Amino acid sequence: MGEPVTLTNKTDLTTCLPFERPVFELERKLEELQALSDSASMNLNGELRPLLEKRDKMLVEIVGRLGPWERVQIARHPRRPQFRDYAMGDQGRPGMLDEWIELRGDRLFGDDKAISTGFARLGRHRFLLIGHRKGRDTKEKLACNFGCAHPEGYRKALQKMKLADRFGLPIVTLINTPGAYPGIGAEERGQAWAIAENILEMSALRVPTLCIVIGEGGSGGALGIGVGDRVLMLEHSYYSVISPEGCAAILWKSGEKAPEAARALRLTSEDLLRLKVVDEVVPEPLGGAHRDAATMVGTLKAAVVRHLDELTAMDADERLSLRYAKLRAFGNGLPPLDPPPEVPAPKAEKGDRKAEKAEKPSDRGDRPAK
Amino acid sequence: MPWSFRKKREVPAGLWTKCTNAACGKMAFSKTIQENANVCPECGHHMKLEAKRRVDLLLDAGSFRPVGEDVAPVDVLRFHDGSEPYEQKLKRTRAKGTASEACIAGRGTMGGRPVALAVLDFGFLGGSMGVVVGERVALAAEAALADRVPLIVVASSGGARMHEGALSLMQMAKTSAAIARLRAAGVPYVSVLADPCTGGVSASFAAQGDVTIAEPGALVGFAGPRVIESTIRTTLPDGFQRAEFLADKGFVDRIVDRRKLRDEILAVLAFLAPLPDQPLLETATAGEPKPAPALEPHGKKGR
Ligand SMILES: [Zn+2]
Repeated sequence: MGEPVTLTNKTDLTTCLPFERPVFELERKLEELQALSDSASMNLNGELRPLLEKRDKMLVEIVGRLGPWERVQIARHPRRPQFRDYAMGDQGRPGMLDEWIELRGDRLFGDDKAISTGFARLGRHRFLLIGHRKGRDTKEKLACNFGCAHPEGYRKALQKMKLADRFGLPIVTLINTPGAYPGIGAEERGQAWAIAENILEMSALRVPTLCIVIGEGGSGGALGIGVGDRVLMLEHSYYSVISPEGCAAILWKSGEKAPEAARALRLTSEDLLRLKVVDEVVPEPLGGAHRDAATMVGTLKAAVVRHLDELTAMDADERLSLRYAKLRAFGNGLPPLDPPPEVPAPKAEKGDRKAEKAEKPSDRGDRPAK
Repeated sequence: MPWSFRKKREVPAGLWTKCTNAACGKMAFSKTIQENANVCPECGHHMKLEAKRRVDLLLDAGSFRPVGEDVAPVDVLRFHDGSEPYEQKLKRTRAKGTASEACIAGRGTMGGRPVALAVLDFGFLGGSMGVVVGERVALAAEAALADRVPLIVVASSGGARMHEGALSLMQMAKTSAAIARLRAAGVPYVSVLADPCTGGVSASFAAQGDVTIAEPGALVGFAGPRVIESTIRTTLPDGFQRAEFLADKGFVDRIVDRRKLRDEILAVLAFLAPLPDQPLLETATAGEPKPAPALEPHGKKGR
């Protein structure tokens, strides 16, 4: 943010969220000035600098005001960094890995592209990396089923985790799914059994396990690769027992009440840290990870290295007993939280729906079961 | 007996009970149905059964010793669903007096052999799993491990309890971790799936049995049928996600009539954990192929 005259991390009009709109308008003004500065060979740095500062101040303010529902929008932002951005990098940006060897297939049924698994190296750490893949363009989104895995995805993850366990490789998972896929094939092939087995096995793996919610932590579909010694969450990701839309449909009898449900579910990183569901919140760049993917990848890389350093230094038995104690204590002896923030303004709801429509009109995967 | 059916249409004047199977709908004496463990004497349809009565059905009379009874639900999230606070909903549900939460857990004996047992209660907020359910199931598993006796869990639940947010989701991890320890220690776990069993319960301990038994017609799945239908926008075939379907797909070992459930579990346990002092006699009759004629639930006489 220090560079004075170049406008970096611009808001993109097509993917701009309603509450980002003022930032977009300001940036347009900035760009006009910049163009003028270039064409007239004038030095307008004096004018540009305060505008840039104003933009950043605006972002700080906007982020500070965001309610849980807006945070969900950020977690689902189409430009939010995904598995590929963190792994091998995307769109010319480097990822966090020095090496990546993808391993495919569950040895039982197929290869689910909604979950990617492979050997990864980051500096001196060699580990197994597992992550949901949502896909960027339409073709990839369809291939990845929008990040909604079938049983074969969870079984692929488990088969590789057992491999890692046998050879002493730590495991890192990147969670980003609206939920496990609720379809006929998924049920016929035992979605419940697949997820249940992963959760059970992950609780008892002898190798270090680090799980990070990088976007959407959709229910059992997230937990299916989400049991670990440490669970981290990116600042603007969410983690919930049910999608706000699903919860609203059941309890409020109306999907329109998703903002209220998001507020009631306590799905933000701060609340989940208080609830001891996650162990640490990884800060995002100003305005959200989608505004500055490179910085986000760097921050997460540092966090992964730090936790792997710590976890691999521990004795395996000690790690296992600490993990059990943590899992066993979920929800026990917690004081009630402060009341949730006020209900978000209704106009935000309308705008959000529009933004969602623009994002992915046919995404039917966004409907995780409980 | 104070146990009444939840839905009004099921209790015409209390004397008669209508079978909840729409295709049957026959009336029978409520007393007959109760004595029949809530199985319709006409069509064999397995109606829902309260957790307390399941405990009586499975354990030797008077042998049950609860664990985790003092674990009470807390509205940590201060959840409000638009019509009432969760705290109030809990109070209201608990005030009915039928159950303190959606799970009963404890130790007891079954045909003389010690076991640990947890039974989910669909009548309490749809058997949904919040912190208390997770805790009691985990305590039952830990009791089984401590005593090195088999664990039996009867699951009937709509899934995780939304009102407890991610804490309810994490109960899947809590219970699974406890079951993992049983598995590692070679302590057998028999999972019984009763109608309906979906969501977070189906995707955790209910699906982790060493042997998995389902009651006839029980609906079991990760996603409920309505969620699937609204996702794929078609109607689902008859019998989809029912016990018989799941057995055909390879996810259930046996489908067992509730009235024979206790004997069947004992027969299975005789293989997984034979008792040294009574190797064959205790369970010899249960394993025979001839159909058990008795419509008589075990433990009834003790009441
Ligand atoms: Zn009937």
